[in-house]
Order: sequence, then C-alpha cells, then structure tokens
Amino acid sequence: MSSMNINKDEWHKYNSKQRLFNWVCWLCFITLAVYTWQVMNQDTIWYFVTDSPNQIADISARMWPPRWDYMSQLWVPLWDTINMATLGTLLGIMLAFPIAFLAAQNTTPSTYIVRPIALFIIAASRSINSLIWALLLVAILGPGLLAGIIAIALRSIGFIAKLMYEAIEEVNETQASSIRATGASSLQVLNYGVLPQVMPSFIGTSLFRWDINIRESTVLGLVGAGGIGLKLQESMAILSWPQVTVIFISILFTVVLSEWVSAKARHAII
Amino acid sequence: MNNSLPTTWKKPPLIKSAWLRWGIVIFSIAYLYSATQSIHINWARIYEGSERGWTFILGFMNPNFSGRWEHIYTGLIESLTMTFTSTIAGIILSIPFGLGAANNLAPKPIYLFCRSFIAIARSFQEIIIAILCVALFGFGTFAGFVTLTFATIGFLAKLFADEIEAIDPAPLTAMKAAGASWLQQVNYAVQAQVMPRFIGLSMYRLDINFRESAVIGIVGAGGIGGTLNTAMGRYEYDSAAAILLIIIAIVMLCEYLSTILRQRIK
Repeated sequence: MSSMNINKDEWHKYNSKQRLFNWVCWLCFITLAVYTWQVMNQDTIWYFVTDSPNQIADISARMWPPRWDYMSQLWVPLWDTINMATLGTLLGIMLAFPIAFLAAQNTTPSTYIVRPIALFIIAASRSINSLIWALLLVAILGPGLLAGIIAIALRSIGFIAKLMYEAIEEVNETQASSIRATGASSLQVLNYGVLPQVMPSFIGTSLFRWDINIRESTVLGLVGAGGIGLKLQESMAILSWPQVTVIFISILFTVVLSEWVSAKARHAII
Repeated sequence: MNNSLPTTWKKPPLIKSAWLRWGIVIFSIAYLYSATQSIHINWARIYEGSERGWTFILGFMNPNFSGRWEHIYTGLIESLTMTFTSTIAGIILSIPFGLGAANNLAPKPIYLFCRSFIAIARSFQEIIIAILCVALFGFGTFAGFVTLTFATIGFLAKLFADEIEAIDPAPLTAMKAAGASWLQQVNYAVQAQVMPRFIGLSMYRLDINFRESAVIGIVGAGGIGGTLNTAMGRYEYDSAAAILLIIIAIVMLCEYLSTILRQRIK
C-alpha cells in the first residue's frame, strides 16, 4: 500500500538517482561559481584589496568631523532633488496610465499589435536604470533638472505600468460587464467599471515609486542632471571628505523621511 | 415627500471632506508652481541637442555592434561574472542576517543589530556605495563585486527576515517541543517553509544585480556601464545604442528564465 520501503535502515528524502542528480547539479553550480570568480578577478590588483583596511581608516579619519556649515549650501540642491523626483513621478504616471491600459489583456484594443509594443516599452523602460537615461538625456538636453525629470519619468513608466496592468488584469469582470449591459461605450466601461477597482493599487504604486525616485534622484547629479548629486560630485572632485559626510547624512535623512511619508500615505489610502 | 427621483447620477468623490479635497488641490497647484520655478530650460541648448537626439534615434535603428565589439565583450563578461559571484556571496551572507533579523528566532540585541545594518545597507544607492568601494579597493570589478554584495545583503536579508517572521509557528513549536536544537529548528521548521520564496527572491535579485552592474561602471566599478560611459563620451551613439539593446535583451532573457524557474519551484 504505502510505496515507502520501510525495511531500509535509514530514511532519505530522495532516492539514489535523484541524489546523484542533485549532487551533479551542485557540482556544476560550484564549478561555475569558482570559474566566474577567476574570470572576474583576473585583472584585480590584490595589493589594493589587502591595503583596504588602511584606506578605510584613512578615509574615515578624513570624513570626520563633518563640515556642518556646508549644510547652508545644500538646501537648494535638496529642494531641487525632491522636485526632480516628484515632477518626474507625475510625468511618469501620466505616460504610464495609457500604456498600462494598452498592455492589459482585458483592455487592450488589439492583442497582436498594440499589446506587444506596450510590453516592449515597459520592458525597455524597466531594464535601463534612471542614471543611464540621465546620461543620454544630459547629452541631448544639456545638464540641468529637466534631463533629470525626464530620466526619472522614463524609468518610472515601466514600473508603474507593469504593476498597474497586472492589477487591471485581475479586476472583477462582473462589474465591468454589468456596466457594459447598460449600454455604456468601452471608454465608459473603463471609467466606471475598471478604474474604480484599480485606483487604490494605482495610487499605492505611484507613492511607492515616488519614494524610490527620491532615492534615485539623489545620485542623478553625478552625470550632470542637477540636484544634490551635483554637490556630491563637486565635493568628491576636490576631495573634501567632510563635505561628503554632510551630503551623505542629508541624503540618508531625506530618504528615510520620504520612506516614512510614502508609507504613511499608502496606509491612509489603502 | 419629495416625489421626483433623481435622473442623473454622479460618481462619489474620492475624498469625502470638501475642505480636505480643495485643500489638497490648492496645495498641489502651489507646489507645482513653486517646483516648476526651479527648472531652467535653455531652449537654444535643447535645439542644439535635438540633432544629437536624432543621431541617437538613428543609432537605435542601426546599432553598431562590431565597431567596439572587443570593449563591449569585455564589459559584458565583467558585468555577468560580477553579477553571478556577487549574488552568490550576497545570498550566503544574507542568510545569517535574515535569520538574525527575524524576531521569532533571534534574541533582541542580535535582532536590533541586524535590522539596523539592513536599514543602512538599504538607504544608500548602489552608486554611492560603488563610489566608496572604488575609493577603497581601486578601479575594477572587485569594487563592483563588493558593492553588489553589500546591496544584495540589504535587499535579501530584509525580505528573508520578513518571510521568516510570517511563517506558520506550529512546526517551530513542535520542533521545540521535540527538543530540537536551534539549528535543527531552522533546518526543519523554517527552511522547509521559506525555501520556495527564498529561491524566487534570489532569482529576482540576480536580475536586479545585472541591471545595477550596468550602472556602477559609470563611477569606475567595472562592467558594461564603463563601456557605455566611454561610448557616450566619444559621441559614438551607434555603439551606445548597441550596448543598450544588449542590456535590454539580457534583462528580458533573465526575467523570462526566472519566471520559468519560479513556476517550476512552485
């Protein structure tokens, strides 16, 4: 009746064939890991690595104490950073909104042409980091906040549209079809049947993305897109580590604050 | 009695209190106005740059893979090896941190230590950690490896800990009652419950690490990002477009494979 062989001395989760297979898999995995480690480190200068404790001690000594009076120069870049993230998120939401409806299986006008295009836009936007978008846009639009805002927006499209189209695909069909039964046009069905169902998750996603964008916009200045990253770049260039410490602390503070705000707002809405 | 029934219907507003609703609207308009004041748009510069933008779009239509293939190849190998090794190292290190940060397994002091370590690791962008690592370990892939490992610990340890805190406590109690040691409890009561999610999250992080490895090269931590930065600096937009297309293709492939793997594990 029971297929287990109770006469065996010891109980094993897998039979011997499976165990051999698992063992071979692990062997391949570890070999691959060791091999990639070798390839990765063929150009590593180990002297620098073994010397790093000294470097850590050296840099920490230079970073302390922070130059607090530098803070007075940081308020404007911080304000710019927050604006860049907020305006970028807004622009991203506006662009992601139609794309999400075009990408969702149940609302897309055509499964064969429009949906793959929308999905490709989402994938492309998600796979390229905002810093790379900023690198491109600074070359095209010139350095400044505008490049940063558009970079943030382009990166947000994929994230917001992906989470939103998944929410749209999960909506309750009965409500949409009852609106349709009253003779509503397809836009009216979207407005009264689908939209109210996805709105909370949409707002939640946007707030979550805003929080991530604040984090990302702090470094966009490194490639010239404005904000506090620009100050970081300047301070690193003149090796003024006490200023770098102040910048790090202000970034940490902003990030923690924005995370708190976004978590509170999401709890209030959902 | 009011006999006439309403013939039209209006959607109820999202926010009930009219004061709050209009307050939010006015605040948003005021904020938008003040925020847009800080943007300086230099139309002449944009006009100049639009030509470059057009070159770039043309580059996308006609990417040049062969021109800088050697650099692209080295960058790709660096990125891929860095991704793989740092994900493995990150997973190995995030397991003790994850166990330590779960309040149903760890004593209070260890819990607080691990949680604060995770919080610090998570609040800094990879790129900032990369800047520090390049300063400490010199240019090259090793700095990138350390950066990604550090970021992986922050990401995975938090999710692992949350996952462990959400397990069904009954098996854990049963193991305790049977007199199992702490390690046996973890092995038989916790690991069995969290393993599928654990593997899924690790695969997801592999994906993220590849994307990040394309960025940290900009500050000199090795990988395809450095190649991209050089290509952009030389105004070789066709090579840059080729690199971007390769990144997109690899990320999509990674995502596809991890979806398949996660479905099989479930």
